[in-house]
Amino acid sequence: MEKWEDNRAWFLVLPVFVIVAFSAIIPLMTVVNYSIQDIFGPGQSVFVGIEWFEEMLANKRLHDALWRQFLFSGLVLLIEMPLGILLALAMPKRGWGVSVCLVTISLPLLIPWNTIGTIWIIFTRPDIGLFGVAINNLGVAFDHTARPLDAWITLMLMEVWHWTPLVTLLAYAGLRAIPEAYYQAAKIDGASAWSTFWYIQLPKMRGVLTIAFLLRFMDSFLIYAEPFVLTGGGPGNSTTFLSIYLVKIALLQFDLGPGGAFSLIYFIIVLLFSYIFYQVLQSVGRGEK
Amino acid sequence: MARIDLKEIAHSYLAKPKDESDYALKRIDTAWEDGGAYALLGPSGCGKTTLLNVISGLLTPSQGRVLYNGTDVTDLPPEKRNIAQVFQFPVLYDTMSVYNNLAFPLRNRGIGESEVKTRVLEVAEILDLTPFLNKRAAGLTADAKQKISLGRGLVRSDVAAILFDEPLTVIDPHLKWQLRQKLKEIQDRLKLTLIYVTHDQVEALTFADQVMVMYEGELVQTGTPQALFENPEHKFVGYFIGSPGMNFLPCTLDGNTARVDGAGIGLNDDTAALGQKAQGKLEIGIRPVYLEVHAHAVKDGLPVKIEVVEDQGSFKIITVRLAGNILRARLPEGQTVPENEAWLRFPTRWTKLFADGRLVR
Repeated sequence: MEKWEDNRAWFLVLPVFVIVAFSAIIPLMTVVNYSIQDIFGPGQSVFVGIEWFEEMLANKRLHDALWRQFLFSGLVLLIEMPLGILLALAMPKRGWGVSVCLVTISLPLLIPWNTIGTIWIIFTRPDIGLFGVAINNLGVAFDHTARPLDAWITLMLMEVWHWTPLVTLLAYAGLRAIPEAYYQAAKIDGASAWSTFWYIQLPKMRGVLTIAFLLRFMDSFLIYAEPFVLTGGGPGNSTTFLSIYLVKIALLQFDLGPGGAFSLIYFIIVLLFSYIFYQVLQSVGRGEK
Repeated sequence: MARIDLKEIAHSYLAKPKDESDYALKRIDTAWEDGGAYALLGPSGCGKTTLLNVISGLLTPSQGRVLYNGTDVTDLPPEKRNIAQVFQFPVLYDTMSVYNNLAFPLRNRGIGESEVKTRVLEVAEILDLTPFLNKRAAGLTADAKQKISLGRGLVRSDVAAILFDEPLTVIDPHLKWQLRQKLKEIQDRLKLTLIYVTHDQVEALTFADQVMVMYEGELVQTGTPQALFENPEHKFVGYFIGSPGMNFLPCTLDGNTARVDGAGIGLNDDTAALGQKAQGKLEIGIRPVYLEVHAHAVKDGLPVKIEVVEDQGSFKIITVRLAGNILRARLPEGQTVPENEAWLRFPTRWTKLFADGRLVR
């Protein structure tokens, strides 16, 4: 076949390039632009180099928010992954129960973030909420507006209730994809239920669980709406996660330069950890060479 | 090692089977002798796998008993039956090394590490897996994986029988032959009871001493490959075994002559006598290889028209028309194919009579 030496192929790539430019490259470059300038007003800006980055990296409140963020994502993953897998294992394998379970379990996924925050605020309010009133009447003082631990518990409940179904659905899909012969062979080999889980089900779910893990990590690391609706980052700064702090700096104080630098640092952290987790998850269980 | 008996086994996957067609297995009553190599042959969906799962205990039959060496094991789960099963697709514990894969069934039964080691090394030697022992099982080729599946059965010294469910399906053709040889070799060496399920007649006939042919949930015939070829007891066996399959012609009886569209074909006296008493639709059956094809009129020869000649290399298959019936004949090597018309002779010895699909005898 004859080979054409021209650049026509670029036209075919152009639509994708335009879309990606508007959806990712231009916004990102705007942020980069902000992060290296001190902006006083339209047309009044000074190049400051990496000054904002230095300032943000030394910011004590950012450090606190970052550790809080890691603690939150860590807890979310520690609870949601095992719980999601357990639920998937407990679900029926065939019959009418399958659709009932699938629909019931997916309901929380269909509710908008803000609504979830509102539902849980009302549910846990110590004066009128079903949960809040009940637990206070049982003698346990509970108030998410006043006590940091209670705010955290409410957030975790909300988060677990909202997102564990995603892990369950993915894990269930992974489980259903395992051919029956594996279970039959395990039975014949005399494997216990635990060995069957550990040597067959878990390794076969690796792919879907990696996806679930990454999705849950990224989403929980970027959490905004729920703490914002619940307490706006309080009580005190106890639920001020990175995104809440970022919005405070960039939009409420209008510090675009530090906000830009912060955004980029945030972006790189998420990217870096997602990459590390992906690599680790791909290699676990392949240790025995 | 064990002798396995099936007593009046029937199985339906439905909770309340209504009639015979709801049964995947219809009244199977048979035995597998200790140390025999058996093939279970039949088309897809005939109940072979169901039968295998009944033997291994993965399935409890709706009716009947399964006996191992005379002991009733019908209600025992597979892990208590000392059975090994190799599936169509290699089943491996991906995260384990080959060694640990082979050791797994032993460790699950609480056998000490030193004995595990002895057994695993021994089995790895038999299966040529020694070089791979420390490799991860997931990275190996399909035939090596299938050997590991087999090895997990062989390591157990107490294993009563090894069941194979179309184990060569995913193996490359040139390796199939090697692996089949390996199985034969293991069978000769260890004198295991092997039951091999397949829909491939070549595989069944080369592997087994005894071939059991299944058709629509029934065992229609058990016998040596030769017996199945020469004396099919059921029309299905005639069709399924041999290539091309047996010729069948609807007929009526007239003394000891079978009438096919007016043409007379001589039958053996005993067969004809039994045929007079037989009920149902009568047909004569003959294997293509036993039909004599002559270029000129011969005594008892029936004139036929030659329609198609297929050259298969070392032999030729011709398709001929006898009145309204189509027959196929296999010409011996060296015989020239007559032009357009020929005379067919049906040797009495190989001309079988079937009533409602079953051999008259």
